[in-house]
Amino acid sequence: MNLDHLIPILVSTVIAATPLIYAALGELITERAGVLNLGVEGMMLVGAVAAFAAGITTGSLTIAFVAGMLAATALSLLFAFLTLSLQTNQVATGLALTLFGVGLSAFVGRAYAGMPIERVPKLDIAGLSDLPVLGPLLLNYDLPVYLSIALYFAVQHFLTRTHAGLRLRACGESPTVAHAIGAPVIAIRYRAVMFGGALAGIAGAYLSTALTPMWVEGLSAGRGWIALALVVFATWKPLRVLLGAYLFGGVTVMQLYAQGFGVEVPSEFLSMLPYAATIIVLVIICRDPKTILLNQPASLGKSFHPDA
Amino acid sequence: MSQPDSLLQRLWPFRLERRATPSAAMRLASPLIAGVAMALTGLIVFLILGQDPLVAFRVFFVAPFGGSYEIGELLLKATPLMLCALGLAIGFKANVWNIGAEGQLIVGAIAGSAVALFGSESLGALTVPLMMLAGAIGGMAWAAIPAFLRTRFHTNEILVSLMLVYIAQQLLGYLVHGPWKDPAGYNFPQSRAFAEAAILPALVEGTRVTGALIMALVLAVLAWLFTAKTHAGYRMQVAGLAPAAARYAGFSDTRNIWLALLVGGGMAGLAGISEVAGPIGLLQAVISPGYGFAAIIVAFVGRLHPFGIVLASLLMSLLYLGGEAAQVELQLPSSITGLFQGSLLFYLLAADLFIGFRLRRIVRAVAP
Repeated sequence: MNLDHLIPILVSTVIAATPLIYAALGELITERAGVLNLGVEGMMLVGAVAAFAAGITTGSLTIAFVAGMLAATALSLLFAFLTLSLQTNQVATGLALTLFGVGLSAFVGRAYAGMPIERVPKLDIAGLSDLPVLGPLLLNYDLPVYLSIALYFAVQHFLTRTHAGLRLRACGESPTVAHAIGAPVIAIRYRAVMFGGALAGIAGAYLSTALTPMWVEGLSAGRGWIALALVVFATWKPLRVLLGAYLFGGVTVMQLYAQGFGVEVPSEFLSMLPYAATIIVLVIICRDPKTILLNQPASLGKSFHPDA
Repeated sequence: MSQPDSLLQRLWPFRLERRATPSAAMRLASPLIAGVAMALTGLIVFLILGQDPLVAFRVFFVAPFGGSYEIGELLLKATPLMLCALGLAIGFKANVWNIGAEGQLIVGAIAGSAVALFGSESLGALTVPLMMLAGAIGGMAWAAIPAFLRTRFHTNEILVSLMLVYIAQQLLGYLVHGPWKDPAGYNFPQSRAFAEAAILPALVEGTRVTGALIMALVLAVLAWLFTAKTHAGYRMQVAGLAPAAARYAGFSDTRNIWLALLVGGGMAGLAGISEVAGPIGLLQAVISPGYGFAAIIVAFVGRLHPFGIVLASLLMSLLYLGGEAAQVELQLPSSITGLFQGSLLFYLLAADLFIGFRLRRIVRAVAP
């Protein structure tokens, strides 16, 4: 395999990883605040369909991304209200959110199925995208790809270098202590859940306007769940989310290129790869229970009420 | 110190107060409240879509009771939902979150179909029982994967069972596009039609209901006996309600996880084979409109109780039929069903708040 083959594979890997980075970094913040939102898949789908509809209607990709973000944030607000204000079970509510999002997106999206949309344009940074190797590999992606990396730095900085990040982590480790030192636990968790929703919406918008610029029912094909698995795989650390997303992007892309290289495997088995890889990776990480015990936010998934 | 009432307090002079004991009445009323709230939401959605809400309401919620064929369809669609939800509920009670019933249903259907496609000529009257057995084993085998990974490697069963749904769908796609494709089927992605001996006969002339319904009802009774009357069922309930107590009592987590997933998988597998050996009659690329996922909602709406699940599966079946009717008669997308299903579960979870809490009017003491 020479460089001419390798470059398009690496480029597709980065593009396939981008929605995972957004969704998983969002869920990472949500979980670091102690809330487990299993509704990522549903929020992503609703974000994807909202972005697609807005993009078709207005012709503006900026509005499309804003619409996707707002729609998914609205769903996450519903989740936050149920789990944080009404203290419902986070697992059940998250599942409900995904089931609702799958239904809602299929219903709204029916009118848009099969329509073409203009893909998010690729940038030509400093006019150097024609540069051999480095040009296509580093300087010729669309804007959301670069922003996803900036987002990683922002999240990393927020969690480890800011006071607000410290308080957010306190809410995830011990909401009682956070409350006692005067942090508004519920308000912080609300914001964390909505941040996760907004990013799942951006991930969805990226799916329907960049990765596969179209709408079909169930467009996300489990990527929301893979993003959830990525957070576990990353042991709740942003850098490992980034690396994990590229790893999974690579697995997804492999299924597209394997047949091109004459691998004689039925396409269905190649399509299983990302899901099988998710399971294998989870097994590797969870094998030693200490890994999870030491890294998982101690109060993840547990309800907290300041009066109780 | 007296503060002026905030605007919010004047508009909504209530606060939530924890009940001394959870309300048993609310536990039963909550699904009804959720159902009514969902129907009201439906009316609003129909209005927004420019439909006459009364006509839409009749098509969606009344027409499915129109005659014996219609009621048969209601029972037919309720069967797989009931089977899947009964198994899932046993796990949910023990905090084992198997959400991959859809995949277990598919693998059950594949395993049972193998018997139908390759054995029906030699097996005779044994065909259907062996298909059912194979279906249950197929579903159990698929559920055994998350059970093994959870008990051996501490891997979260939610994510694993869900990932296995996508893998099962691909496996089914491979079989009906590849080795099991009917050579005389004009290249459609489906298997040969099952032989007569491999088809579940209709229970009542003029309907499509099969013996699978009876099986599901019997299993509902067995599930009730298991949870209410056996020690294994008791152990699982304790594990769900008070995990620490279960550990002190020496109840094995491993055994609960295996039991929950095997029962859930086996029941989902039975649902799968009952579908392909019943109304479908062959194996095709899509054999379930998400029964395995809808069953999660059925389990909750049915209060994780076998008899509640029987009723809840009828409601969910009504939503499926209503969605189909809305597509035919009102040209609405049938995916409206998913919208109703999701909102039903939301309303239920919200209404469940009042099992543990009640609304109290805020009475301000007047300064003397």
